[in-house]
Formats: sequence, structure tokens, C-alpha cells
Amino acid sequence: MARLGMVIDTKRCVGCQDCVVACKTENRTPEGMNRDWITYATTGKFPKLSLKIQSERCNHCDDPPCVSCCPTGASHVHDWGGVVLVTKDECIGCKACVASCPYDARYIHPDGYADKCTFCIHRVEQGKDPACVSVCPTHCMYFGDLDDPESEVSRLLASRRHYSILPEAGTKPRIFYLE
Amino acid sequence: MTPREFVSTAHSPLTDGHLHAWGWEIPVYLFLGGLTAGILVLSGHALWSGRRNRGAAPSFALASSGLHLIGLGTISLGMLALFLDLTHKPFVWRLYLTFKPLSPMSWGAWILLIVYPVLMLGVLLDPPRWLRDRFPTATQRFLSFADRGAIRRKIGMAAVASGVALGIYTGVLLSALGARPLWSSSLLGPLFLVSGVSTGAALAHWLSPDAAESDQLLQLDNALLSIELGLLALLLIGFSSSNEAQVAAARLLLGGPYTAVFWVGVVLLGLLVPLTLQLLIVTRRIAHTAVAPLLVLSGGLILRFIFVFAGQASHWAPP
Repeated sequence: MARLGMVIDTKRCVGCQDCVVACKTENRTPEGMNRDWITYATTGKFPKLSLKIQSERCNHCDDPPCVSCCPTGASHVHDWGGVVLVTKDECIGCKACVASCPYDARYIHPDGYADKCTFCIHRVEQGKDPACVSVCPTHCMYFGDLDDPESEVSRLLASRRHYSILPEAGTKPRIFYLE
Repeated sequence: MTPREFVSTAHSPLTDGHLHAWGWEIPVYLFLGGLTAGILVLSGHALWSGRRNRGAAPSFALASSGLHLIGLGTISLGMLALFLDLTHKPFVWRLYLTFKPLSPMSWGAWILLIVYPVLMLGVLLDPPRWLRDRFPTATQRFLSFADRGAIRRKIGMAAVASGVALGIYTGVLLSALGARPLWSSSLLGPLFLVSGVSTGAALAHWLSPDAAESDQLLQLDNALLSIELGLLALLLIGFSSSNEAQVAAARLLLGGPYTAVFWVGVVLLGLLVPLTLQLLIVTRRIAHTAVAPLLVLSGGLILRFIFVFAGQASHWAPP
């Protein structure tokens, strides 16, 4: 079974927010709510400053706390690819998943249910890339099967230094950033 | 390395700045759930131990249906608060189509379903006059079946077990959400259970018309308040000697924005002052008043407000 994940090259990302706009357009996310977003972190001391830009979203963790805490099973791991999804008609809006996510990746849709990035599973099932990956003008985002050693994501992870966000939270995130 | 400047375009209304998914409803629900747990544990123990026997001192708070009726009221109000917090209310019935063993909230939904019949059995074992007058045959029939030592003891055991489960669950509900370092401690379950039983004991000794029972409940409450102080100290020591995120979480209560309300509202007015007052009452230096139980009850409520709100302000990547 595939284990879908994403690799993002921070050396190429310019923080243009095309991925954010593509996601909003593709998934018609409500005004004021985003399934993906950009963070800009400046470190160092003037004049030796360094800017790190990251495109962030749900990490579709291998050990997702949002799934284990969900009292109805609305938050679940999809059979194919291990993508973490929400069945809106099973969600009661208790917000335990929102509180359990160390990445603050979830929001409550104005219709009341919890919502988040789906890795554009509707596109992926048709053999396409997620909308954010497909529009990136610098080609800094890669999507594929982390369990397939021949996939582009696996080869990048094998050849480049990389990190994930908050690994100490213990959720085994599946989005990796190349340094 | 901590960034010199950090900008995020996430802008989620629930997480911008820090998490604020839960408002007043959840702490109120946790408080009322804990209070009901205390009522169940205390009245259940009275039944189980045989202290509450047929015809024995029916004026006792623990022996009367009044406390169980209050329990039905507090748990119903708590569930109303919980329901108000839900954002997808028409689908609340989904809770009862499944059982998720890893979800404390799923456990809680089913525990609440057990609590109701147990409290009702407690009412029926000592039916109030209005119930006897309205359903004389049914109440008599129930008493002729259930008003026997063995059955009373079993109902008492069920009440204690469901009360302990309910009290612990109110803490585990938070501690299972490991993304918030202030909640990430297995001590929250025992802390909320002890605090819940303490608020139950405070309510019972306030309402009890029997001086002997009131004194016993006071002594029990003093022990519970002392244990609660110890658990809070252990919790803060544990956080302060843990990783960076938990040290930052503890700092919310030790110098941060929740310090004053925690030390004044919970430790001083909710624990130390009522403990002192109750020790003076037990040694007959001052008379019983409503002050000490009201302080214990308000301390229990503030404790839950602080843990829900400060917990949401804590994060694995502290600012």
C-alpha cells in the first residue's frame, strides 16, 4: 500500500503563495480559512540574517493524534495512501482534533465540521498531483509514495539533508523539507 | 533556533496566535462532570458500605435522593454546555453509533450514558415524596425488589465505579491531547478526579443537615484538598523538570499570564483558605458556614478554566 508524502525544497521556495491560492481555488476553502499556508522565519543577527520559507499544511502523520482522539471516527486514515481525511457527515464539531494537532492544521468549516488538507485526494486518485504541487512556479514541491524507493520523493530524501516540523511531538509527520 | 521574526499566513480563526478552540463551555462541562463524579463516589460509597440502609437516618445528605437529583441536574447542565460547544450539532448522535477505544471523548460519551441510570437508581432507592405520590405502585414495586442489602451494595459499587470513571475521564480528555504540553501529563486524570470528589464533598457537607455527617465530610474534604495540593505541586515539578515545551507551559502558571489567577483563585482561595477554615470548623473554633464549600466549588471551577485556557496557550513550539 502506498504511503503518500510530500517533499518541499526550501532552497527553491520563494514564498509566492501560489500553492495557497491553488488550494483555495481547487478546494473552495471558505474565506479566512486556509488548508495550506506559508511561514517566513528570520533568524540570526543583523547583518547576518537568514530567512527560511516553508509551505505548510496537514502533515498526514503516520501516527495521527487527530484520528485517535476523534470520538466518532469522522477523522480517519484513508485506505489508499494513508491520507488523513474527515468524513463531514460523521463529524460532531467537538474540536478535539483541532486541539490535538501540533501543527494547527485544522479549522472548523463555517458549516460546522472540521476541515483540513486532503492532499487533494480527488486529484491524486485520478493520477494527478495535489493542486499546490501542480502550480508551484519554482517546482519546489514533490509528491509521491514514501514507501517506494524509486519514487522521486524517496530519492530526494535519500540524497538530500532534510527535516520535518516538530518531530518531537511524536506524530511521525510525512512532509519533509529539504535544506 | 528561535526565529527573530516569524510570520505565518495561516490565519485560522481557531489557531491564530495560539489555539482557542474551546471557550467557557468545556471548563464548565469538566467542572460539572467532576462534581457529579464526586456525588456518585460519595453517595455510592454510602450505599456500598451499608451506611445508607433502609430507614437509617434519611435526613443524611448522602442518604437522601436530593443529592442524586442534584447530580442529575449537574450532569445535565454539563452535557448542555458540551452540546453548546459542538459546531456540528445535528450530527451529535454519531457519538453513539461507534465506540473508539483510543478516544477519551468516546469513552466519556458512553460513561455519561451509564451515569444517568445509576443516578436514577439512587433517586429511586429513596424516592422523594412527589415521586411516591405520583407513582405509588411503581416506586413500591422497585423498592420491594431493590431495597435489599446485596442489591443496594451492587448499585453503590456501580455508582463508585462510574463516578471514578467520570472523574478521571474529565482529566484524561485533556491529557490525551499531547499537542498541548500543559495537558501532556498523566497526573491530570487523578487531579481532576480528586478535585471533583472534593467539590462533591464540599457540596454534600454544605447541604447535609446532620452535624456528624457534615463533620465526616469536612475531614474527607480536608484530606482531598491536601492531596490536590500535592498533585498540583507534582504536576508543576514534573513540567518544570521536563522538556523545553513543558517548561514553557509551566511558566504560564509560574510568572506567565495565568499566574495570578492560578495562585490566588485556585491555590489560595480554592485550596488553602477553605482547608484552614475547615480545620477550624473540625476543631470547633468556628461554626459551619457556606463560605468554605463555596470557595472549594469556585476553586474547582477556576482550576478547570485555567487548565483549559492555559493549555490551549501552550505549544510544542513555544514563542
